[in-house]
Amino acid sequence: MEHIELFFKSIFIDNMVFATFLGMCSYLAVSKKVSTAVGLGAAVIFVLAITVPLNWLLDQYLLQPGALSWLGAEYADYDLSFLSFIMFIATIATMVQLVEIVVEKFSPSLYNSLGIFLPLIAVNCAILGGSLFMQSREIPTLGLALNYGVGSGIGWFLAILAIAAIREKIRYSNVPPALRGLGITFIITGLMAIGFMSFGGMLTGGDDEAPKADEATQVEASKEDLNKEKVLANNIKVNE
Amino acid sequence: MGLLSKKDTKLITDPLADNNPITIQVLGICSALAITAELKASIVMAVSVLFVLGIGNVVISLMRNIIPSKIRIIVQLVVVAALVIIVDQVLKAFAYELSKTLSVFVGLIITNCIIMGRFEAFALGNGPWRSFLDGIGNAAGYGVILIIVGFFRELLGSGTLLGFKVLGDPIEKTGLYALGYENNGFMLLSPMALIVVGIIIWVQRSRNKALIEDH
Repeated sequence: MEHIELFFKSIFIDNMVFATFLGMCSYLAVSKKVSTAVGLGAAVIFVLAITVPLNWLLDQYLLQPGALSWLGAEYADYDLSFLSFIMFIATIATMVQLVEIVVEKFSPSLYNSLGIFLPLIAVNCAILGGSLFMQSREIPTLGLALNYGVGSGIGWFLAILAIAAIREKIRYSNVPPALRGLGITFIITGLMAIGFMSFGGMLTGGDDEAPKADEATQVEASKEDLNKEKVLANNIKVNE
Repeated sequence: MGLLSKKDTKLITDPLADNNPITIQVLGICSALAITAELKASIVMAVSVLFVLGIGNVVISLMRNIIPSKIRIIVQLVVVAALVIIVDQVLKAFAYELSKTLSVFVGLIITNCIIMGRFEAFALGNGPWRSFLDGIGNAAGYGVILIIVGFFRELLGSGTLLGFKVLGDPIEKTGLYALGYENNGFMLLSPMALIVVGIIIWVQRSRNKALIEDH
């Protein structure tokens, strides 16, 4: 259940592009055609699925406060977390290079479809962002970290696929000249993000009180008529 | 002969408008959008990027003749990561609350495409002084957009600027609120950042027709 929840959450609710704006650069630059978008999206899923669990291991056994205690009791109070940026980015850069070499050797056809995108990915914020969010959200087990990596990769894939499809179609519409290209892409992404916000209500999480309180006031509000709602809102403001 | 020749001045002023890293070169969008709900966070982010890009460009430019081109990406990443760690530790020490608001986005300066983009496009082929100017100019261009977006989102979303209640008090109904004005809470949510940047691009390209792209 925990796995399904995290998976769903990382694809839709915390979608990398629409909720946290990660990987926007390549999202905007490589979304002109659906076929290239699919290639880059697949490469992102692939690399996230490898780097997030790997960085989870690094975080757990090297970087966290007290992570070095497996070396011996005298190392237990070291806190190396200030090194996490440099460790994570080094892992990502080397893994990307390694994956590129391995894929080229064993599966030339996959290499031909992913090939040109792999070097680009080392500097894609979505990859480093995935690892940093994994660290700041304190994902508890290796399995969940893998799950989180794959889930956010799929979320990113869906986003770039959708925008590429829309951009292919929008070529036939009459967009105001000054908005053509980049401008309209931004605004469409904004509208898509508003759409994706509607997923937010599907999992209330249970760990924080705020969404529940919101729901309660909404149910109450729908019972009252408009005037009473205003009075209520004013009262709440005054009470605060 | 002043400190800056004409060509050098151009390095700084160009990225502010007609060659802006965000609206024209499409670099460094991620962080620009995520942290602009408050003006203060935008300013801190702009200053951090100014520091990292200014110093980073000089370092890369000084090393440009000894970096083997095959491993240049990883060398660049190490330089940026070291600078970003400094920024992160300074923020944690002197502005802890703010560093919580910026959360992972300070770390994401490392993969901010502006930084790698300028290293690749400029610092690897130019001397340290010109690279420094280029870094400052591009970071300023990035900062300008960040501050504009942050200004509008904070003003329209919470009616404050840098935390000061410039439009009056929404609870006691003073200032504009006495006339029935309400804050648009929607401006604080992430999708509006995209739309605000879209509008900035629209305005900029309507004023300068040369920038319009054909689909």
